[in-house]
Amino acid sequence: MALCDAEKTFVLHGVQDNFRIDGRELDDYRPMELETDVVSHAFGSARLRLANTDVLVAVKIELDVPFPESPQNGKIEFFVDCSANATPEFEGRGGEDLAIAISNTLTTAYSSSLAFDSRKLCLLNGKKCWKLYVDILILECGGNLFDAVSIAVKAALWNTRIPFVKNVNIDGNNIDLDVSDDLCLCERLDIENAPVMVTVCKIGDKCIVDPNAAEEHCSMGSVVVAVSGTKISTIYQTGTGSLHPATLTESLQLGFRVAIRLNEALSKVLSRIRPDEEAGFLK
Amino acid sequence: MSKNIQIRLASQRINTSVPGNQRYPKIFTPGQVITAQNEFMRGHGTYEENGELKASVAGVREQVNNLISIRPLKSRYNGEIGDVVVGRITEVQQKRWKVDTNSRLDSALLLSSVNLPGGELRRRSVEDEHMMRQFLQEGDLISAEVQNVYSDGSLSLHTRSLRYGKLGQGVLVKVFPSLIKRSKTHFHNLPVGASIILGNNGLIWICTSINNSEESVGGFVQNLEEVVPRQERETICRIRNCILALTQSKMMLYDTSILYAYEESLKYSVAELLIPEAMLDIAILTQQRLTMLENA
Repeated sequence: MALCDAEKTFVLHGVQDNFRIDGRELDDYRPMELETDVVSHAFGSARLRLANTDVLVAVKIELDVPFPESPQNGKIEFFVDCSANATPEFEGRGGEDLAIAISNTLTTAYSSSLAFDSRKLCLLNGKKCWKLYVDILILECGGNLFDAVSIAVKAALWNTRIPFVKNVNIDGNNIDLDVSDDLCLCERLDIENAPVMVTVCKIGDKCIVDPNAAEEHCSMGSVVVAVSGTKISTIYQTGTGSLHPATLTESLQLGFRVAIRLNEALSKVLSRIRPDEEAGFLK
Repeated sequence: MSKNIQIRLASQRINTSVPGNQRYPKIFTPGQVITAQNEFMRGHGTYEENGELKASVAGVREQVNNLISIRPLKSRYNGEIGDVVVGRITEVQQKRWKVDTNSRLDSALLLSSVNLPGGELRRRSVEDEHMMRQFLQEGDLISAEVQNVYSDGSLSLHTRSLRYGKLGQGVLVKVFPSLIKRSKTHFHNLPVGASIILGNNGLIWICTSINNSEESVGGFVQNLEEVVPRQERETICRIRNCILALTQSKMMLYDTSILYAYEESLKYSVAELLIPEAMLDIAILTQQRLTMLENA
């Protein structure tokens, strides 16, 4: 999608006036819809729809050997699929760069032990651990992908149930794990501090959050702020423009404030989820 | 506007359908048998299986003599001559522009079917061909009329009227083409201080009120310096959100329904119109007023 100069001018003037094209103020977020447990063969899954952005996340678990440099930690891996179904711009290899950017940002955001404690995924020091594969599928792209993906990932990890290991038999180098068959006997992950990302878009000399597709087009550059708990866990800058130090601190503060609000709203809604509710997508 | 961020659960999704008063035609779903008699011919949106005629798309049945076709509810825009469309320039070629009009193929706008600045009877020279990008360039929005439909379904457009041409500052909204009600005029100057172009192709353009006196320049100028005042901006954004509210409940869009929705929406702030419950409320109130108007 391309915008003509007049449309961009309209968006720009609106942002300067603190009245965006859908009536929101600079730091307002659009309502979104969340759903968990949508993929039956995954250990945990979530789907998030934010206006026209639609993201599906599934978590799968495998047994693996920990990295030699961190024998006490489990593994977590993110894979983003920007298929051409989401937007024609992703056709061919068009979405690859964006997909890699999103998965790298997620990996760094989750790498800190303060954000996500991967030691809990370790079963046997240096020998056995769980590896989480977080597969992210972009179903529709209507702007603000980073935020939507991070919320959906957090919800999917919340939904994830890790099988319970009853006992471990070690026979020389041969390790035998006895995993419980009981579906009710499983552990949940602690995602209290899992990072939430907020994209702060710079349009003109103002910063906005939750840009829609048109606003993303008008922006020279944006900063993605990942906040876990009350700490910023990672920052990623997109776009071609450069940022003045004053603008950078300003946008970090804005992103931080909004991320705290977003995290609160998310934990509130996650606590409301009841099991076995049948609704919406795929059901 | 509250500063709370709304995350809702899919299980608490509201039912957005609005009960209408008129009788609805039967809707066929893909694979549904239309008729078992074989004296009918199969048209678009149908196929034959085991001697039965079945629908291949979800839509309503249309019959001309022995020809049965199913018109899909959701589809890309199928152009007809005389339709008003809003489109975006995707390519500048020799003697023609390619325009994205939300149909299956890009439409063509020939250099010979636009009014160039400087009068209607002006000859088109080679210089004009070189200047094409200065009139319209990639990304520009235009309003135009369908002049011709080619055999492959692609459209040829023209802007040979002062109403048509390049669009200035405003907002574009995309809806299903089937929601746009056909009427005599698709250009409306709403009394609330905004004007809308309801393109038959499902693209709706909302901008500030157009003064008819100023407009007679041929439609290739844009004023990028002018700042739309806050009041008018709020009106434009409110209309945008109202149209999306009506679209959510699959209601027909025309000047009266949009105006009613606008009036009903005044109790909400513009940003509150993004909340599904508020959108449904407006759609229901609009439907009631439309029903009252019909019965009056």
